[in-house]
Amino acid sequence: MIKKDLVVVGGGAGGLSAAISAYKNGIKDILILEREDHLGGILHQCIHNGFGLTKFKEELTGPEYAFRHIKEVEELGIEYKLDTQVLNISKDKVVTYSNPKDGLVDVEAKAIVVATGSYERTPGAIMLPGDRVTGITTAGTAQKICNITGYITGKRVVILGSGDIGLIMARRLTLEGAKVVCVAEIMPYSNGLQRNIVQCLNDYNIPLYLSTTVSNVIGKKRVEKVVLSKVDENLRIIPNTEMEIDCDCLVLSVGLIPQTTLFEKLKVNYGNNRGAKVDENLMTEVPGVFTCGNALHIHDLVDFVSEEGDIAGKGAADYLNNKIHESRKITFSNGEGVSYVVPNFVNADSDAKVNVKFRVRKPHKTAKLYIKSGDEVILSRPLLGPVPSVMFNIPLTMDKIRNANNIEVSVIDE
Amino acid sequence: MSKREFTCIVCPRGCHIEVDDDLNVTGNSCPRGKDYVLSEITNPVRVVTSTVRVKNRPMCVVSVKTNTAIPKSKIFELMDVINQASVDAPTHVGDVVVDKPLGLDTQIVITKEIK
Amino acid sequence: MKNDVLIIGAGVTGSLLARELAKYDLNVVVIEKENDVGNVTSSANSAIVHSGYDPKPGSLKALLNHRGCLKYPKLCDELDVSFSNCGTLTLVDDESQWPQFKALLERSKENGVPVEVLNAEQVRKLEPNVADNVLGGFLAKEAGIVNPFELVVHAMENAVDNGVKLHLNEEVISIKDNGDYFEVKTNQAIYETKVVINAAGLYSDKVASMEEDIDWHIIPRKGEYILLDRLSTPLVSRPIFPLPSEKGKGILVAPTTAGNVFMGPSSEPQEDKDDYSTDGATLANVRSNAFRLVKNIPTRETIRVFAGVRATPSTHDFVIGPSKKNDKFINVAGIESPGLASSPAIAEYVIDNFVSKVLELKEKKDFNPRVRKHIKMKLLSKEERNRLIKENPDFGKVVCNCETVSLGEIKDELSRSVPPHSIKGVKRRTRAGFGRCQGGYCLGIVSMTLANHYHIDETEVDYDGLGTNLIIDEIKKVKHD
Repeated sequence: MIKKDLVVVGGGAGGLSAAISAYKNGIKDILILEREDHLGGILHQCIHNGFGLTKFKEELTGPEYAFRHIKEVEELGIEYKLDTQVLNISKDKVVTYSNPKDGLVDVEAKAIVVATGSYERTPGAIMLPGDRVTGITTAGTAQKICNITGYITGKRVVILGSGDIGLIMARRLTLEGAKVVCVAEIMPYSNGLQRNIVQCLNDYNIPLYLSTTVSNVIGKKRVEKVVLSKVDENLRIIPNTEMEIDCDCLVLSVGLIPQTTLFEKLKVNYGNNRGAKVDENLMTEVPGVFTCGNALHIHDLVDFVSEEGDIAGKGAADYLNNKIHESRKITFSNGEGVSYVVPNFVNADSDAKVNVKFRVRKPHKTAKLYIKSGDEVILSRPLLGPVPSVMFNIPLTMDKIRNANNIEVSVIDE
Repeated sequence: MSKREFTCIVCPRGCHIEVDDDLNVTGNSCPRGKDYVLSEITNPVRVVTSTVRVKNRPMCVVSVKTNTAIPKSKIFELMDVINQASVDAPTHVGDVVVDKPLGLDTQIVITKEIK
Repeated sequence: MKNDVLIIGAGVTGSLLARELAKYDLNVVVIEKENDVGNVTSSANSAIVHSGYDPKPGSLKALLNHRGCLKYPKLCDELDVSFSNCGTLTLVDDESQWPQFKALLERSKENGVPVEVLNAEQVRKLEPNVADNVLGGFLAKEAGIVNPFELVVHAMENAVDNGVKLHLNEEVISIKDNGDYFEVKTNQAIYETKVVINAAGLYSDKVASMEEDIDWHIIPRKGEYILLDRLSTPLVSRPIFPLPSEKGKGILVAPTTAGNVFMGPSSEPQEDKDDYSTDGATLANVRSNAFRLVKNIPTRETIRVFAGVRATPSTHDFVIGPSKKNDKFINVAGIESPGLASSPAIAEYVIDNFVSKVLELKEKKDFNPRVRKHIKMKLLSKEERNRLIKENPDFGKVVCNCETVSLGEIKDELSRSVPPHSIKGVKRRTRAGFGRCQGGYCLGIVSMTLANHYHIDETEVDYDGLGTNLIIDEIKKVKHD
């Protein structure tokens, strides 16, 4: 059987950073497995700019951001395989992959980083009502078709959901000649970054209807009309608020879900972020198996995916160099106003810096963050206008939490 | 005195910035925010990203951008130029597809490697 | 040249009839208005092979359901169709239901269908997730679940492999009865045939009236479903039913042969034969009814909602038999539930009782009852998979991550005698796009594979029926070299 110190599953932003970071921390025997015919993952279809401001202090497009990492992987001589789908990871860390050239191969890994990204929530998952017609697509699919192959899925488009990909696609489709009639968002606030509302919607006079959802889709073969309705505070459709819109395409941008299929056989537990539970090194409950990026929780910015890849890669290197010592676990949980927290537990004896990541449940004008152990406040600070579309990343030093059992992160309205 | 409000788009932070009639800027977290709103008032500019056809690859386009921000009012004219442009693979990041499109002081450059 | 038999409709009824007729020395043509076989009612149903305990004794349903059910194991073996003889469980959840339960037991006895009565404890031992208020029930051991897409496609493939001609995208416009033969006019051609079999499903009343005035009609009845992802720990191991009502078998919770779970169907008659829309209120009702039977349903794992339209006959029984005017025009209509279970027996029944009366049937010597094995990489051993990949590297290229489907499997389906013509056609045959991302990843590759295979542009690749291309235009003015 082939043996590797480290197998990285997924050659996107998280996986590439993890591999580079592990390499720089002394691990040379690395194999990256990537299902596409190129490294870089989803960045290739994210052709807009705004990437790299944190990591490179300059504004890059997605493909450029990917290119820098790909170049580094190649310069370091890290081995990778393309067109390669990982089918299974066993409890004893045997990674089974398939590709046209090698066939079905087992690799015995000493450590694994799962950086498989995410997938989009589908029309079925939100139980989209209406006729079963063509012309309904997710924003990521529309993006791939538009930006990779150069085709378009509609000429008059309604977008449901104000997630960032939906907003970005509103601009892309407009630039490529489509009419984006509106964006409808079921929540009373946008789920995308404010800057995307400004430069993708406002710049092109595309209206954003809040507290609004699709109550019907009408068409024979293709979407002909979309009916929008207002919703009440419980997200229930309010009768007699219908607005019929003629269009030939409905694009859904209703959220991403971590791709965790490979954890199925490992029987790990999942956090409220729907990713595998991890410690401060991003190691899962299976020793030696790490995860990062959108496979762990959905990020707002790729720079933070890379940063997480760095942590997972270093964690894997530390694990391989026997520098990780498991100890009593301090658990982290989300309290009031917070939808999830990563990591889920921290080794009490750790000397690593802990980055606590979380999202708020709803927008606040002003709010206060509390990180508490029981009744003891470990950290509190005001948050200025926190919104669910922004991921928070709060560094904590170990000395503040070492004696705690359970840490709760909450955000309270001020 | 009236105030104009902006959401800064320079970085993902999205600062809420206010400018009064005397062009006093408040709410920005960095100098780039000030530059941004002043530019928004006088001559708003944007980097345009799109794709051009790769002629020798089936079902394939390659991503491009303007390497500087161009006036917002010129975006759709620029898209006409982009839509008529094409390249052959292989492509390299930074390759110039069109120099000074529409006479603007910018270049349309490739942002992706295609082998 | 006159055909011997022309079958209108390539649903499960038409396809199994075609396959059964392929055993004889006959010229058989099948006309289908859709761009794929099994594209309508056969592709959106509960996929359950009922054992036949509940049809009204003496009805055609009662006669053919149990018979059909017993044919399934052999049929699915020959046609390489996923089938599980898991039984079905019918539950009582309220004391007031016992009289109806007893009546149903009586009926099963009359129909000659064995069932095993279970108390609450026995039910829970079989199905730990049944709802807390369940009081008991019975198990119909002969019943099972089947992959209905594979059944229709493989049956027609086997028919075509044995000489049957299939014409897709052809809709019958008129039928002229010349006494000893018929002229069937479609939107493409005119066919002369000695015998017509009307298996036109929802439109079988329309087709039947091209021959004669009929005293029955088809009531389209919509059923909405909620499909859940494959679950890491099984929710139910067999279909779970409430007691049946006049509206049908009720809303059930059932596994599929691929390991998904679905809830449904609702049951609402409607005017429109082609209305497949779903709506929030109906699906909410499906959900609450499902929770009456089964607890702990992880509704967060919902990956798809859909509707099927069933061809309910106004007579409440299958309409099978020749027209009054000409015994060579045979209706096989109103095949609603338990139509899927009955269909193998329907095919035999139609041939024995009606076709054999009007045509001389001579068995073919070279009839091959088996289809070439459909490759499912996921189910093969490591050695078998590596052998296939070595022969053809496409089997190593995994296209659908959720369901582990390779490019080789898709191309193999394209090479067969009833190949897919749409993205959905590929999905039904291979399960590419059936998983949690619903084609988010594989759609592009499947679309490109279809475009390459049929030498068409991506804008011509249909998602489902004709004219359902998802991609509508190129965005760049510059074309390829």
